Amino acid sequence: MTELLAARQVKLGDAIKTGLVAGIVAIFVSAIGMVQRFDSRIIFSSVTFSYVLLIGIFAGSGYQAARPPLRLEGYEAPKAGVRNVLAGLLAGTAGGILLALFILVAGTANLRPIFPNISPELVEILAFGRELGLGATLAALAAAVLGLLGGALQLVPQRLKKAIGGTFLWIVLFALLRGVLAPVTRGLGITSLTDLLYERQGLSIAGLVAVAVVVFSSYFFLAGRVRAARGGLERLPENRRRIVVLAGLAVVTLFLGAIPQVVGVFLSEVLSAAGIFLLMALGLNIVVGFAGLLDLGYVAFFAVGAYTTAVLTSPISPRFTPELTFWAALPFVILTAAIAGIMVGTPVLRMRGDYLAIVTLGFGEIARLLFLSDWLEPTFGAARGIRRVPDIALGPIVMKGPQDYYYAILLFVLLAAYVSWALQESRIGRAWMAMREDESVAEAMGVNIVAAKLWAFVIGAIIASFGGALFATRIGSVFPQTFSVVVSVTILVLVIVGGLASIPGVMLGALALVALPELLREFEQFRFLIYGALLIFMMLKRPEGLIPSRRRTRELHEEEVEQDAWLKAEAAKQEAN
Amino acid sequence: MSSSETSPILELREVTTHYGPIQVLKEVNVEIRAGEIVCLLGGNASGKTTTLKTILGYVEPTEGQVLLDGEAINGIATDDRVNKGISMVPENRRLFKRMTVMENLQLGAYLRRDKDEIGQDMERVFDLFPRVKERLSQRAGTLSGGEQQMVAVGRALMARPKVLLMDEPSMGLAPVLVAQNFEIIEQINEQGTAVFVVEQNANMALSIADRGYVLQTGRIVLADTAQGLLNNPQMRQAYLGEI
Ligand SMILES: Nc1ncnc2c1ncn2[C@@H]1O[C@H](COP(=O)(O)OP(=O)(O)OP(=O)(O)O)[C@@H](O)[C@H]1O
Ligand SMILES: [Mg+2]
Repeated sequence: MTELLAARQVKLGDAIKTGLVAGIVAIFVSAIGMVQRFDSRIIFSSVTFSYVLLIGIFAGSGYQAARPPLRLEGYEAPKAGVRNVLAGLLAGTAGGILLALFILVAGTANLRPIFPNISPELVEILAFGRELGLGATLAALAAAVLGLLGGALQLVPQRLKKAIGGTFLWIVLFALLRGVLAPVTRGLGITSLTDLLYERQGLSIAGLVAVAVVVFSSYFFLAGRVRAARGGLERLPENRRRIVVLAGLAVVTLFLGAIPQVVGVFLSEVLSAAGIFLLMALGLNIVVGFAGLLDLGYVAFFAVGAYTTAVLTSPISPRFTPELTFWAALPFVILTAAIAGIMVGTPVLRMRGDYLAIVTLGFGEIARLLFLSDWLEPTFGAARGIRRVPDIALGPIVMKGPQDYYYAILLFVLLAAYVSWALQESRIGRAWMAMREDESVAEAMGVNIVAAKLWAFVIGAIIASFGGALFATRIGSVFPQTFSVVVSVTILVLVIVGGLASIPGVMLGALALVALPELLREFEQFRFLIYGALLIFMMLKRPEGLIPSRRRTRELHEEEVEQDAWLKAEAAKQEAN
Repeated sequence: MSSSETSPILELREVTTHYGPIQVLKEVNVEIRAGEIVCLLGGNASGKTTTLKTILGYVEPTEGQVLLDGEAINGIATDDRVNKGISMVPENRRLFKRMTVMENLQLGAYLRRDKDEIGQDMERVFDLFPRVKERLSQRAGTLSGGEQQMVAVGRALMARPKVLLMDEPSMGLAPVLVAQNFEIIEQINEQGTAVFVVEQNANMALSIADRGYVLQTGRIVLADTAQGLLNNPQMRQAYLGEI
């Protein structure tokens, strides 16, 4: 056995770089108006959401800077120590000094003609309302301390680390989600709970302590238990496991069914909107996640579903008005979506990766332009769209408000989730997987590539068309402007952030990324900025998504292993010298 | 069984193949009969891989016919050809790197629905390659080159082919492994599968083959029994490393 080389250490120079990046990010979010916008949202006492954002940036930079380097074979395992905390402090200080400089400049020179958001109010927030020099110093100090704390977090054991991070996150979430919790407690008749948790603005002391204690202890004591329970479930004999799973599903269904009654109209509305995106994210997950076909024009199928429904059901759709019911129109919606899927899928059969993305992007725009065109105006109404799309009716019951629509959307979401799950385990699921890995070898295994690709497009298209059909009846009208490329991009973000090919991940991603901005108006303005930042962050740090599918995790960490092997060889070379 | 009496399982008849305007194969004639090991020898870019691609339908010949059991299969999709009993170990093995060894083997049997017999064939693969059985849950991309070759052969066998096509099985393997590899090919053949092996390593290939063809810039320039080729002076000079 050769002796192990001394553990690799964090590089302090890199720590300063990390800190400077954090400083730039802090200045950036200030300059675009985010800090000032978020300042009206109070989390606790005088801590506003903008401070939480800055705390996150600087503590995060300290944590990141103090992260021990990857363990490589041939080296001793790196251990976090004083040096790591120092790295955190350095990062915080570096970022803090940048921020302080920014405060000084913004407070003395008038930058508003160039950056309209750099206002005296912003400077006041950043300088804690103090006089300029003192405020800038305080900000720098605060950033340094936060960096230090972030770095120190690397010293605590994994379980505690998770619990601390989780507690911080949940406290912020609770404070932000007051508007969600209030109607829920009202619906359940336990308003005393919200009264206890919240003050007039933000969390109360009791609320803060209660959330912290509950979250911290559940993180700390439940750590590992969930996975253990899951493992236990997998070890159960087949028939017993089935019973447990079915019982679990029944509970979940009951719970989902009760939601609109409890949360009221507004939240049902938000959930319905998110539900339609969730439905489409599940569909796109089949195309991109399972089959590996990067489709950037997915909105086309959403539009096809919406317009087919509108034309067939609305009494005033220009060309013809069969005035079918929603359910009678549904088979035609499926049919047109399938045809659209084949029409998009066929020309791109031989295309891969980037070419496929570009061409589908084009198809998405073509669809929108067709619906907008004067040429097809008699059928689709061009820019005027189609109005008076009737509500969904089940026999004599007509779905009226968002609470009713919630159920219709839930039905389709459950259907799509079930279909996804069944497909994943099926033959075509295996064919997609093989195709995603190596198309020509998959062909040599006997996979019919043409069929596999077309099926992915067609199934994806049908699910998106359900989204469109529900959208059309829920809103009661369709306009071509709705179906822009932004919709495709949003759905793709949901799929990627949630976790490609992971069904629960996609669901969580959709709910978090669509419902949250609806609930927190101050986010709305920065929605795409946040999506973009999230995408970059996820791709760099957690490409497998929020809730990864097991397979993807394996795929994505392969490169790390290969790099490790390479580094190992390099280390051996060094040792030889 | 004397090979000349049986009709060929797989036959290329006057096959000419182009990639766009570039002609790669010219009037190639090859026969593989039941129970035979046939090898196709040739230098780099002589068209060996293209011959296999033509057989599996990745490219269509511009002239001539590919026949399986005497029936022309031109124009038939690749997956149907696999279904009819042709299976391939591709050049450089090309495993599904990010899948496990087990998943690779299962994909080899993708077109089959006879569950019990798939299980039997899996056992047969384990008999041939005990090492593969030890590594079932390992990611295929992390296997050593020799192990990857075993899985690639196992995967091809899982389709239970009538004819096994192998594209340069010795490429990138140490001499010991190459010898082992060819022993395995013989074993597979003895169990009843016809093998068509493409090689640059002419000595090794001819040592197990019944017959061989030599391909030069897309044309068959020599066709003989393995013994005949080994003794052919022209052959010895060009391919068997003698001066
Ligand atoms: N898809 C393609 N398009 C155009 N030309 C090709 C294509 N594939 C192969 N060729 C050309 O056809 C010729 C024969 O290639 P082939 O791969 O059949 O050679 P080979 O005998 O297998 O060589 P090697 O021993 O190096 O694998 C080469 O000149 C190659 O450049
Ligand atoms: Mg080749």
